[in-house]
Amino acid sequence: MLQVKELSFLDWGPLSFSVDCGECLGISGESGSGKSLLLRAIADLDVHGGTVLLDGENCNDHPGATWRGRVAMLASESRWWFDSVRPHFPEGVDESVFGKLGFPGVEVMDWEVPRLSAGEKQRLALARLLALSPRALLLDEPTANLDARSAGLVEEVVAIYREKRKVPVLWVGHNEEQLERVANGLLRMQDKQLAKA
Amino acid sequence: MTTMELESWELALAGVLVVGLAACTLSAKLGVTRSLLIAAVRMVVQLSLIGLVLKKLFEADNPWGVGVIALVMLLVAGREVSARQKYRLRGMWGYGIGTGAMFVSSFAVSIFGLAAIVRADPWWDPRYAIPVLGMLLGNTMTGVALSIDRLTASVWQSRETVEARLMLGETGSEAVSDLARDALRSGLIPVINSMAVAGVVSLPGMMTGQILAGNPPGEAVRYQILIWLLIAAGCGFGMLIAVRMTAGRLFDERDRLRLDRFRR
Repeated sequence: MLQVKELSFLDWGPLSFSVDCGECLGISGESGSGKSLLLRAIADLDVHGGTVLLDGENCNDHPGATWRGRVAMLASESRWWFDSVRPHFPEGVDESVFGKLGFPGVEVMDWEVPRLSAGEKQRLALARLLALSPRALLLDEPTANLDARSAGLVEEVVAIYREKRKVPVLWVGHNEEQLERVANGLLRMQDKQLAKA
Repeated sequence: MTTMELESWELALAGVLVVGLAACTLSAKLGVTRSLLIAAVRMVVQLSLIGLVLKKLFEADNPWGVGVIALVMLLVAGREVSARQKYRLRGMWGYGIGTGAMFVSSFAVSIFGLAAIVRADPWWDPRYAIPVLGMLLGNTMTGVALSIDRLTASVWQSRETVEARLMLGETGSEAVSDLARDALRSGLIPVINSMAVAGVVSLPGMMTGQILAGNPPGEAVRYQILIWLLIAAGCGFGMLIAVRMTAGRLFDERDRLRLDRFRR
């Protein structure tokens, strides 16, 4: 279970909520409302007040890097720093994920980064994140650059991972129709507070 | 053999050249005339003053005097390193890292060179200590400043990539490892290049000075080799420390990227 208690950052909050294992909580709100900042604070990328617990373990009891390896955030825009796709992935990655995300197969690992489209990058970023076997997912608009078909594939891959590994998922988006489809609950960020949508 | 004495009016003759250049830059509206003349005057005044100071220092033969001058040189060099940064660390850190790196790259290496290699009697003899330290500070300053500047500028530019790597569970030093390597390389390449052409394309200043002063070229060459080796080592170690410490300040204890610690 991911528990967020009295979380505050900049002049947002305090915000409290929790996501059970295997559940998905959707968070909507206008752009600039602070949805991404919320995810960044939970991933401990920004200075924040309050506590975040994963399965009862306090964020501050682990080094920042260890925490972020477990509570993994998918940024709305993915970044790639090597020339090809492969070195971004850890060894021994489950190769079936590429097919599930609509790629021809594992040969995508040899593709060159500058030739990837925005949508391909976004789907590969999800594969790269899941390859780390995180215990919680923080997804920031994970289908923003995708057509309906690819978006559906991403939704499915996230749902399978969530149910199989029983991980809590926070899904930030602005398409409420999609959020209602993928999430068990929905909160809206407004006036620097979270409210039931 | 003694050096040809240079009279003041003879120096003024060389000064006429610079005045002529200033006239040209003025008529070409390059906008550097003022700073050219000011720099020339500063150079003359500073060197004349240091000439007086060194004269006193050589006469006094006092280790404390040498220590004070050396310390002043170090602090000025440290300030210069931090002044050359586009993105500077807030507070005393920017100054501290520059000075610390200059201490290692020049101070410690100079002391090693003087006490273990030159072995003058006494080892701090200002006739050796001050020129050696001056050569090292002057040359390593550029490398250290360049490597820190390169690191902070590249992290600033690719902050999103660095944070993307943090999001994948990398530590701060892992996330900037490529950028730190590039910064070190860009600082070391000028040193490597200068060494590679020393004597072929360029006659280093210290050697030129000794030859002009009437020393046998063989002797001058040996000192120049020593200085170059010290500069290379000092630059390298100074940069390693400067880049590591700067990289350390980029992240806090939770391995968050903290660009708010820098200001433009």
